[in-house]
Amino acid sequence: MQAVLLVDFGSTYTKVTIVDLETERIIGTAQAGTTIETNMMEGLHQALEKIPEPQGGWQFVRKLACSSAAGGLKMVASGLVKELTAEAARRAALGAGARVLQVFSYELSASDQEKIVALKPDILLLAGGTDGGNKEILLKNAEHLAELPFSIPVVVAGNKVVAPQAAEILKIRHHPVVVAENVMPELNVLAVDSARLAIREVFLDNIIHAKGLDKAEEFMERVLMPTPAAVLSAAELLAQGFDDEAGLGELLIVDVGGATTDVHSLAQGEPSKPGVMLKGLPEPYAKRTVEGDLGMRYSALALGEAAGKRLAKHLGWTEEKVHRQLELYVAEPWRVPESEEESSFDTAMGRLAVELAVERHVGRIEVVYTPFGASYIQHGKDLTPLPAVIGTGGVLLRNSRPLGILEGAVFNPAEPTLLKPQEPEFYVDKDYILAAMGLLREISPLAALRMMKKYLVKI
Amino acid sequence: MEQKTLILGVIGADVHAVGNRILDYAFTQAGFKVINIGVLASQEEFIQAAIETNADVILVSSLYGHGEIDCRGLREKCQESGIGNILLYVGGNLVVGKQDFAPVERLFKGMGFDRIYPPGTMPDVPIADLRQDLGLV
Repeated sequence: MQAVLLVDFGSTYTKVTIVDLETERIIGTAQAGTTIETNMMEGLHQALEKIPEPQGGWQFVRKLACSSAAGGLKMVASGLVKELTAEAARRAALGAGARVLQVFSYELSASDQEKIVALKPDILLLAGGTDGGNKEILLKNAEHLAELPFSIPVVVAGNKVVAPQAAEILKIRHHPVVVAENVMPELNVLAVDSARLAIREVFLDNIIHAKGLDKAEEFMERVLMPTPAAVLSAAELLAQGFDDEAGLGELLIVDVGGATTDVHSLAQGEPSKPGVMLKGLPEPYAKRTVEGDLGMRYSALALGEAAGKRLAKHLGWTEEKVHRQLELYVAEPWRVPESEEESSFDTAMGRLAVELAVERHVGRIEVVYTPFGASYIQHGKDLTPLPAVIGTGGVLLRNSRPLGILEGAVFNPAEPTLLKPQEPEFYVDKDYILAAMGLLREISPLAALRMMKKYLVKI
Repeated sequence: MEQKTLILGVIGADVHAVGNRILDYAFTQAGFKVINIGVLASQEEFIQAAIETNADVILVSSLYGHGEIDCRGLREKCQESGIGNILLYVGGNLVVGKQDFAPVERLFKGMGFDRIYPPGTMPDVPIADLRQDLGLV
């Protein structure tokens, strides 16, 4: 046996997955409450104890971890034009697995600086100007950031002509300051890979220590990445395949959690119908969006607000009754449905969370009437031909009707401008292994791919 | 000498893509860095592109006769966005039907455009003007 220990230190739960690399099997999975305040190792050991130990004890060949504990990787991004470099910076940060607290555009004002101080991000991403384009913004904002009262790691990914100069200004106050390639080297060209790598390096070298996650490294080898980055990495592997082992093709992963709903799409998203023109900033092949108001427990009330009357209508409940149930979920975030009625409420809530999160993630078609007839413009990704939708996340996986929740991701003929998948197959991540497989990919991509194909269940 | 950057696009609900390609080619050949935002471009898209790329000039095409409505307010929006002094060129079939060009030119001058070109203008005319306006000759 070649046992590998894969740990996800989550915000609420520490999830442990043990796999055997030889047979490509899951030996066991377990979870326990995350214990970041005291010592992270306690929660890990509690979870480990739930998996029967083989004779002679565990002999792990590798021990890898990812983490979203201690608030996850909190980032603030800034760019020049809101719809251009600021948006590109946001996408780079999201793709690196960050929680994007706020995105600023144009020159940072005094109140923007105060906000940054109050938000205390783990990393700042500074963008602005295409290569050879606007130079002032990067230098000005570097000067403003150098006035902050404390040091924050900064990744500079703006106009390459002045990026080194901006970095020099930032170094007066901040450490480390890393220069990456411009997130928008040419107008409407998105190039987020270099910035993503730089963010990950800063995470490895600085953030883990700053958050006290390195305590785990006395036992684990390494905390390799933020958990969302691990999920995105697993998704990418599953979509693209490895060597001769085919992947599932383009796919969508919906992660319904207690606080947020994350959507990952691995797809080009080009127009699927002829005569449709693509407009605006192109989107990355591996796109991640996070909806902070669409959680099933901590943010249940916000979800109720976003859903409006739809929840009550769907269930045939009074709005007051809906509100009471939502409040109950916020008060008891660990609550598992106790009655048939509560269970149907959970399903309806999950379905709406998925519906709204996928609506916000996918592209849309706009009809423009010109003197020559109607023209069709597409913004974002067309995911209508997408073959696979995969569900994961604690609340979704504990629900008795995950399909009922996931169907919220499907194209709605009443809203034909939203380019959601039309006839996808559905899978659930029953054993909750996607993040673990993203970690396993680092040492054995083939095994990780085969295990995902084996353990994801079609529903 | 530093390459000059220009924003090129077809404004409004106008889908004429061929002339846009020709202009892209001609200005690139003439040594300019062309940022082509294509057809169906809004005033905001022209301005945002100009800010981000630090462009020297905005070149607006309009072929379908609605140029006046589409172009009105562009100069004011540039001023509001901090690029009030940027050069604005416009050309194409700016108004409906065959009209005397002098009043059309006056109209667009009044709207804050620096150069206005009638239908059938060859690319080398605005290229020569641009070199002059940017002090390249």
